[in-house]
Amino acid sequence: MLRYSLKRLLSLIVSLAVASVVIFAVIEVAPGDPASFMLGVNAQEDTLAALRAELGLDVPKVQRYFDWIGGLLVGDFGTSYTYRTPVAQMIADRMWVSLPLALYALALSTLIAFPAGIYAAARRGKPGDVAVMGATQLGVAVPNFWFAMMLVLIFAINLRWFGAGGFAGWDKGVWAGIHSLTLPAIALALPQAAILARVMRSALLDILGEDFMRTARAKGLTRRQALWRHGVRNALIPVLTILGLQFSFLLAGSIIIEQVFFLPGLGRLVFQAISSRDLIVVESVVMLLVFAVIMVNFLVDLAYALVDPRLRDRT
Amino acid sequence: MGQTLTRTLASAIALSAGLFATAAIAQDDITIAMQLEPPHLDPTSAAAQAIDSVVYTNIFEGLTRFMGDGSVVPGLAESWEISEDGTEYTFKLRDGVTFHDGTTMDAEDVKFSLDRARAEDSANAQKALFAGISDVTVVDPQTVKITLKEPDGNFLFNLAWGDAVIVAPESIEDIKTNPVGTGAYTFSEWVQGDRIELTRNPDYWGEQPAIATATFRFISDPTAAFAAVMAEDVDVFTAFPAPENLPQFEADPRFQVLIGSTEGETILSTNNKQAPFDNVKVREAMAHAIDRQAIIDGAMFGYGTPIGTHFAPHHPAYIDLTGQSAYDPEKAKALLAEAGLADGFETTLHLPPPSYARRGGEIVAAQLAEVGIKAEIINVEWAQWLETVFKGKNFGLTIVSHTEPMDIGIYARPDYYFQYENPEFQALMEELTRTTDPDKRTELLQQAQRMIADDYVNGYLFQLAAITVAKAGIEGLWENAPTAAVDLTGVKWTE
Repeated sequence: MLRYSLKRLLSLIVSLAVASVVIFAVIEVAPGDPASFMLGVNAQEDTLAALRAELGLDVPKVQRYFDWIGGLLVGDFGTSYTYRTPVAQMIADRMWVSLPLALYALALSTLIAFPAGIYAAARRGKPGDVAVMGATQLGVAVPNFWFAMMLVLIFAINLRWFGAGGFAGWDKGVWAGIHSLTLPAIALALPQAAILARVMRSALLDILGEDFMRTARAKGLTRRQALWRHGVRNALIPVLTILGLQFSFLLAGSIIIEQVFFLPGLGRLVFQAISSRDLIVVESVVMLLVFAVIMVNFLVDLAYALVDPRLRDRT
Repeated sequence: MGQTLTRTLASAIALSAGLFATAAIAQDDITIAMQLEPPHLDPTSAAAQAIDSVVYTNIFEGLTRFMGDGSVVPGLAESWEISEDGTEYTFKLRDGVTFHDGTTMDAEDVKFSLDRARAEDSANAQKALFAGISDVTVVDPQTVKITLKEPDGNFLFNLAWGDAVIVAPESIEDIKTNPVGTGAYTFSEWVQGDRIELTRNPDYWGEQPAIATATFRFISDPTAAFAAVMAEDVDVFTAFPAPENLPQFEADPRFQVLIGSTEGETILSTNNKQAPFDNVKVREAMAHAIDRQAIIDGAMFGYGTPIGTHFAPHHPAYIDLTGQSAYDPEKAKALLAEAGLADGFETTLHLPPPSYARRGGEIVAAQLAEVGIKAEIINVEWAQWLETVFKGKNFGLTIVSHTEPMDIGIYARPDYYFQYENPEFQALMEELTRTTDPDKRTELLQQAQRMIADDYVNGYLFQLAAITVAKAGIEGLWENAPTAAVDLTGVKWTE
């Protein structure tokens, strides 16, 4: 188990280093000077030079890269060009929206997908299965922003159960916060739930054909008992993989959803920073997202080992 | 009988409930939405219009100020005297004006603000506004004298810009996150990414405004903007980004739609130094290839006023020159043939993000294709546009709305990105700057409008409309947008 973890950890560090170079290169190479964006079309050359010096944009790119990485290692994310506030503070503030949203959506999608997938597998070929599969087909096909708009139209504009967007703030109470994240979480969760349910179903169906399942039935377990005790547990590996991938999708998908619901989250921060060429914010947030995704995958790898003892023994 | 009594009682209760409700909603708070969030709150060190939208006249004030109709009136300066030769302005400041931190606003603050704006290391995005100032002197605490290098007929107008507001040395350090001005509203909170809150200033020198607290929210997605207004999450949306939905609001008694004019001349900017655009025949041909109304209808859903020169139609000196470049594809083809380009040519069309450019660009490209000009569409972000088009001048055509007020002077700058070089026009602008007589100024402005129309410098498309959607019970919002501002001082609820 230890060797397995160490190996995973090493690959994690290499991935992060490569990602940091790619992120920095891509963002810095794209044309557009942050200073001239901020000062607009009537700015004079001396004003621009003064601002560039103030922002530290006059030092060579290679040095800026190492300054940035050096800062990240000690937890200093730099200072936003446009907002002039520490990036770490901005990320922390936005995290209070984005992380709960992603977790809320993850919980919802799991809650919907597991029962739906298991139900469909148990009723293979019967009308129940066909109905669930039809619904998931729809869920996979419909883009989440369209879904978000429909939710707003029905629940915010017509029924008035929710606001059309915005975030109440946790200081108004946990319930107010959850209430304002509900529509966005549903919009994010449903397409993911559809995928997850399909994976759950097919994984279970594969397992149901295995010899050990027949053995389980032969030793006297009912269909239901066999399904729960041996089937679901073994189907968890592919499902976990998808769940890990989905967490990244949920973080990335929130860029669009946060626009539709005008939530002050990380996605919105990145979006604003990209259009205003706030390079340091984009770099740091993207790096953080990459870190989160790689960490989640690392944890999923570890979880495999927990679920499947063969994996820890082999490596 | 019993039933009637019950019914009467019920209606009485309902009625009184209604009365109470009416009394209760004598509302004095307002939520205003706009598309972009300000990067920070210092109007004197950035070009972002979103900053002015929040702070102009609300938090910060200048010596003079714009009104909703575009006129310039006294602000912190109560009155002024202009010397005979037009180079000395003596401003008398208002009495009893304090900044939100309690310090007094006096001539020293005016000197500080203007000197800061025109200093060597100034970060002012409109530094050129102050280039004509040679000296600012404090005469006494209530009087300040500004000496100009030469007469400037535009000076009082320039002082009304958001970039020329009066700030205090005591609070300048944190101005970006904690703006301290003299206005009718004080800054109370900014939850970045979400909202900015302002509160009525009880110590304001002027009349107390009706609105006690104002919240600005930032909703960039057009569909979300529509939903937020429909769900009544916001009371006002300025520069509403989804014109296709306006008929729905107009038909709904809960809302009002205000259509005004902005200072945004939307033009098909042409690189005058690049072949074949260096040939005036080619530029004239393009002007006739363009059907303005089709662009306004197709890209702006009918909102916008056709223009035939680079000048705002609501300005008294405006002359309608659209007839000079009327839609006539046959004439365009003939002109191209005269220029030796009977088979047309290929060029690029750079389109920045706003919908007037992206949607308008598709239509312009199709119209140009009709006469044989193949314009390759290149979508760019603003930062990229500034770099390649504005600074690099590496473009054939682009569509941009020039939103600065009274900016015909850009045609006198040969290094400006469309690179129009006409000494005659430059001389005309110099004369205009020296002229203070209003009638003479009008005459010169009209001459200037004709000159750039005759030279077909750019394709003059339309004046951008100012679109505001608001709840029906709100009064006093600016209909026009002479500058980016949501002036709250005159706003109130009527129901």
